Amino acid sequence: MKKRHNRIFAVVRKEYLHIIHDYRTLFIVFLMPVAQLIIFGYALNMEIQRVDMAVIDRARSPKAQKLIEEFGGSSYFNLFYYDGRYADIETLFKTRRAKVIMTIPRDFDRRLLRRSMVPVQFLIDASDANAATLIRNYCNQIITNFNLKTGNRTALPFDLRRTIYFNPNMKSAYFFVPGLIALILIMISALLTSVTIAREKETGTMEQILVSPVRPREIIIGKVLPYILLSFMDGAVILAIAKFVFQVPFTGSLLLLILLSVLYIITALSMGLMISTVAPTQQVAMMMALTATLLPTIMLSGLIFPIASMPEILQYFTYIVPARFYLLIVRGILLKGSGFVQLLAPSAILAFMSFFLLNVAVRKFSLNLEK
Amino acid sequence: MNRQISVYTDQLTRRFGKFVAVDGVSISVYRGEIFGFLGANGAGKTTLIRMLCGLLKPSGGEGSVAGFDIKEKSEQIKKRIGYMSQRFSLYADLTVTENIHFYGAIYGLAKEEIRQREEELVSQVGLDPYMNQMTKDLPLGIKQRLALGCAMLHNPPILFLDEPTSGVDPQARRGFWNLLYETVQTGKTIFVTTHYMDEAEYCHRVSIMDQGKIIEMGSPSQLKESHKKSTIQDVFIALVGGEKTDQKE
Ligand SMILES: Nc1ncnc2c1ncn2[C@@H]1O[C@H](COP(=O)(O)OP(=O)(O)O)[C@@H](O)[C@H]1O
Ligand SMILES: [Mg+2]
Repeated sequence: MKKRHNRIFAVVRKEYLHIIHDYRTLFIVFLMPVAQLIIFGYALNMEIQRVDMAVIDRARSPKAQKLIEEFGGSSYFNLFYYDGRYADIETLFKTRRAKVIMTIPRDFDRRLLRRSMVPVQFLIDASDANAATLIRNYCNQIITNFNLKTGNRTALPFDLRRTIYFNPNMKSAYFFVPGLIALILIMISALLTSVTIAREKETGTMEQILVSPVRPREIIIGKVLPYILLSFMDGAVILAIAKFVFQVPFTGSLLLLILLSVLYIITALSMGLMISTVAPTQQVAMMMALTATLLPTIMLSGLIFPIASMPEILQYFTYIVPARFYLLIVRGILLKGSGFVQLLAPSAILAFMSFFLLNVAVRKFSLNLEK
Repeated sequence: MNRQISVYTDQLTRRFGKFVAVDGVSISVYRGEIFGFLGANGAGKTTLIRMLCGLLKPSGGEGSVAGFDIKEKSEQIKKRIGYMSQRFSLYADLTVTENIHFYGAIYGLAKEEIRQREEELVSQVGLDPYMNQMTKDLPLGIKQRLALGCAMLHNPPILFLDEPTSGVDPQARRGFWNLLYETVQTGKTIFVTTHYMDEAEYCHRVSIMDQGKIIEMGSPSQLKESHKKSTIQDVFIALVGGEKTDQKE
């Protein structure tokens, strides 16, 4: 008994040495997730702030002033008056001084009073089509507000359709960030362990291990343990970003979230190890780990597409995606304040998955002996 | 010399699909012997060693190592053998000491034991100036000595060395063989493969392997005598044909 403990510890220590001797591992663990979370988080957020807007105010009337204030008061726009020649406004776009130009006509007040169409012109720089769509929608929204306030039912000089990803209140962060936590944790964790056994095969150290009395179980446990700590630190960084950068509310128990996140991490690490036992090289192992985690997590976990609205066959597939269950946990704790009792089912499933994957890994590892 | 048998095989065979890599090999290696396996690349030396170490299952025949059946008692065998694979297989990104401590620990040695063995190795193998270097930065000759040292940490009675000196200069090889001589003095058995003809001369007994079969076996002097040649190289050429030998040495 004493000796077995010793051997697991020897493997743990060796893995730890690999980690600290290789800055690339630390890079994967700490910089990649931070970059990913921030990039994805903002990209999915679909928002732009402080767009430069040039205002050509021909009316110079109290009503026009009100409209301008409406724009100036929102955080979306950064206003400045343009009083150069109208023929030169193109240079505003070319020099990137403005992304949008608003022109208020001379007879603005008069037309408003007559309740007729008021042709306020918006010229939007569409060199970035997505941004242009967003800007158009912001303008749309502000004009609508203005009309409501002034009691106007005037038709507007542009199309009123809204795009689905329009999301004015940063609410998407609440929805997407927990999903990103699930995605990043599983991806990084599975990547980390996926190379560990494949590397031994590639460098030939596998043979040396296999002729020693160390048991497959000891190797597998010894390889999981140090990475739990590493991935856990990763999780802590990601959660901190979620809280302090994206202001995701932490409604429920932080301790419960941490414990269940460790469980999810173990599932992901086990998956990586299982992959590592079947992959012949590190390259293949990494590809397999990415394939097994990235797409299924994005498509089948409920991260973006609600599971209930999937075709029935796909819904069955979601049951083998660990992120599906972790999402229930992380959204439940962060947004709803769920307790352990409500999350018992997904936690039990993750625990079972880990157990199953680790066992497959041990079995496959022993088979290496006989090939 | 004590006639206790360390490694024994009877018609040991290994097939990969239809291809027969080791074809009915029968040998007895005695305690305290340096037993050499001489053969060109692809002769089946590595496959044979891997079966004896429990890394490959035999397709046919029998074998035992240290008295334990290779098919059933691989756990017992593992504790009693040291193995140096033909590829350098220590952890390149660990230091010399770290490698020694890892291999010591997976063989279940206690810390003090490992430290003691480490000291012995350092003086015996001449690793002194390298202890805290990354293993990948060592000269090849030193790497090979370190690999031998790691294979012997748990003090196994039988050593399997698969082309332990490939790629180093004759002087480094001479040094390595001196180490092997010191080692068999302590009653260990060494089973070594090589494709260097001059190394065969250092073995107590050699067997010449070609296409999976043993085609000649005996002490170097016996072989030279019965084939009326002055070197093992000439014996080998006469038996296998010159084109298959490694002519560099
Ligand atoms: N895992 C394997 N699958 C198929 N063929 C193999 C395998 N391992 C070795 N062989 C073949 O068996 C033959 C003997 O190989 P090996 O034992 O490595 O020879 P040696 O060590 O004498 O150079 C070679 O022709 C090799 O291609
Ligand atoms: Mg070989």
